[in-house]
Amino acid sequence: MLGKTAGGLYWMFRYLERGENTARLVDAGLHIALTHAQSEDDQWDSLLETTEARRQFEASGRIADRQNVLEFLLSDRSNPSSVLSCFHAARTNARLVRTAITREVWESVNETWLTLNEALSRPIIVSELPDLLALIRRQNSLVRGALHGTMLRNDTYDFCRLGSAVERADNTSRILDVKYYVLLPTAIPVGSPFDNVQWESVLRSVSGQRAYRWLHGTDVSASGIADFLIFDTRMPRSLMFSLRETTDLLASLETAYAMTVESHAMAKRQMDVLDGQSVKQVIETGLHEFLQSFRQDNASRAVQIEQDFRF
Amino acid sequence: MSPYDLAAANTNHVPDWVGDGKEFPCKIAPNRRPTLQRGSQTVTIKDMSESAIHFDEMLDHEDGRRSPYQRYGAWFDEQPLNHLAKKSADAEVFFRRTGITFNVYGQQQAEERLIPFDIVPRIISAHEWSLLTNGIEQRVRAINAFLEDIYHRREILKAGRVPKQLIADNEAWLPQMVGVKPPGGVYTHIVGIDLVRTGENEFFVLEDNARTPSGVSYMLENRETMLHMFPELFSRNRVRKVSNYPSLLRRSLQACIPKRCDEKPVVAVLTPGIHNSAYFEHSFLAEQMGVELVEGHDLRVTDGRIAMRTTQGYRHIDVLYRRIDDEYLDPLTFNPDSVLGVPGIMDVYRSEGITIANAPGTGIADDKAIYSYMPDIVEFYTGEKALLKNVETWRCSEAESLSYVMEHLDELVVKEVHGSGGYGMLVGPAASKKEIEAFRAKLKAKPSNYIAQPTLALSTVPILTEKGLAPRHVDLRPFVLVSPNGIDITPGGLTRVALQEGSLVVNSSQGGGTKDTWVLRE
Repeated sequence: MLGKTAGGLYWMFRYLERGENTARLVDAGLHIALTHAQSEDDQWDSLLETTEARRQFEASGRIADRQNVLEFLLSDRSNPSSVLSCFHAARTNARLVRTAITREVWESVNETWLTLNEALSRPIIVSELPDLLALIRRQNSLVRGALHGTMLRNDTYDFCRLGSAVERADNTSRILDVKYYVLLPTAIPVGSPFDNVQWESVLRSVSGQRAYRWLHGTDVSASGIADFLIFDTRMPRSLMFSLRETTDLLASLETAYAMTVESHAMAKRQMDVLDGQSVKQVIETGLHEFLQSFRQDNASRAVQIEQDFRF
Repeated sequence: MSPYDLAAANTNHVPDWVGDGKEFPCKIAPNRRPTLQRGSQTVTIKDMSESAIHFDEMLDHEDGRRSPYQRYGAWFDEQPLNHLAKKSADAEVFFRRTGITFNVYGQQQAEERLIPFDIVPRIISAHEWSLLTNGIEQRVRAINAFLEDIYHRREILKAGRVPKQLIADNEAWLPQMVGVKPPGGVYTHIVGIDLVRTGENEFFVLEDNARTPSGVSYMLENRETMLHMFPELFSRNRVRKVSNYPSLLRRSLQACIPKRCDEKPVVAVLTPGIHNSAYFEHSFLAEQMGVELVEGHDLRVTDGRIAMRTTQGYRHIDVLYRRIDDEYLDPLTFNPDSVLGVPGIMDVYRSEGITIANAPGTGIADDKAIYSYMPDIVEFYTGEKALLKNVETWRCSEAESLSYVMEHLDELVVKEVHGSGGYGMLVGPAASKKEIEAFRAKLKAKPSNYIAQPTLALSTVPILTEKGLAPRHVDLRPFVLVSPNGIDITPGGLTRVALQEGSLVVNSSQGGGTKDTWVLRE
């Protein structure tokens, strides 16, 4: 496979994942804003924080109110991380790699772009937002389904999933990072209503409320959530799950290509470090520092992947 | 009432769009009827003002439909118009979802546009097709012989059948190709011959496309769309299939192996990239052939061969179907600013390390200045009279022709010698006085840059409109594959249709549409 093609597949799925995660974040933010009016402004502000888009948003001179933030995150063409921009970039990458994907995968991406481009070209209306966000998730599921159902299980498939896994690890760590202060035991008295709202928003951002309750019942605690999103390998959006998936995919590519790559070694080292830690240690030594260093490792591994496979 | 309404056709022998005030814009006044002055072959252009009837491929003069359209017509009569209108809308959705789009230059808004597709097929009988294929095959053979000759022995120049100066001064002629023998002896692996029709057995070659003709993906996708929407039509009509074009293309490319290739030849398609107007076609062909789609920056020269950067290092390529122009192929040999090509590929080519399809320098054969010599060229190399006619052509580089053209600008089509895509041309009969005068100045400034042709009474084929069928002018581009094993012409081609009433410009970049083209079995 051409290095450029591998890169196109990988980035196509990174952008799809990013677009979907932004939609999830907005969904969680909206939920809180609608149910807890007093914390609304904080909520929009923290969304900008999570997506690391605050500086760019502020440069545009807009006020961080509901409408502006929603438009910035969902439909602003000048924001390269908006949902619309992400799906445009995913579709551009899909065009680039059309020879490598099945007709069904191509058509699902193309149709997703056409559908979302139309939906996001209209003004954002809050009452229609739940439907819009559901549409974004559903369209992405369509692509995932086409990928799963029609692609050969070879290097092509591995690069697609690698893109998703790398992006997801990054996104989940960002979601956790923005709320890390509420997960610190001393910040706010545990069990206060505000606390619960924030926890709920973290879980909702990763579509993990129900999964968490299945595993832990109603015993919601700060360290429980951190443990769930960092270490629980049953949770498909946890850091550990994404890292393990990345490691497995790189191992599979090594086998297919009969060569060893540095990015795999890096991923294994990171796994070992994570394996040796507990959530208690992480919180004691500093959740924020932990997440920051995780994200840095993830980013340098991503650079290594591009070099290893000559994107 | 539509002229295709059988009842109407039976009572009026002349279709009712004639003489209803919508005069055909390309009428030639009787007293200025063009006379033939050029070329070895005489072509009589029908004086259109006498009857103002264009040959319609569906209707005959007498009592109904021409035979290739009879079965289709019977089916059509059973279809409610609103059902067909819905199908037409479905087709657009189908094209959009599949991403069969076309980038239009000079229009920032419409970065990706659909070429309008008309759901009424253009139908060609087996007999008509055999006439065409004999002529096309002869012409394509001659083109390859001509190229081989002018880059080697130059017999045709010595014989004085084509002026030496015409070659020497031509930008499409590449001195770098002199003495180079392309692998398999093939210059034009892929050719698209543009044809127009003016009567029952009157076909003219409008242009030979010997560089990198495009449009074949539309031939294939148009058929795919028709099969998807009207499967029943294909059980009623015996339509020859076009779908094996990609595998024939691959086979034909693999038949031209460069000397340095010692294993199974690896084929790739070279595209200028995702922003090129024909990118869809490039990726479509690569996908259909099951080969890599590469850009210049994926390639480099290693061990005297061309190699592509893969996830596992560099891998050799043996045959490159390039969809970039000669000029951009190699910055070391041609345009030094090109980033689309591969530095050094011409050296590899000359040392037989790669096959480039089509070979560099084939543009000299489809140049509009050469076009008028095609009848001589065909005769020179095949020893036969050309089976397909040329359109009469005035070369504005010649003083006598230029003065004729200057006097008759309002009735001629004037084209740039090196232009393409319908840009920079004047359609005299449809142009305003102001446009004609502006063009006259351009022509005067650089006469050798132009040729002129009479406006032909192009045939019409019906399209579906809101009110039913309506006639529109068409052309036809069949696709020809040349390999050392022979010439293969796919039974079908790209029919382009000028969707605007009376218009003669079929280019997709200027509002033209396409149709599925059927060639019927005997």
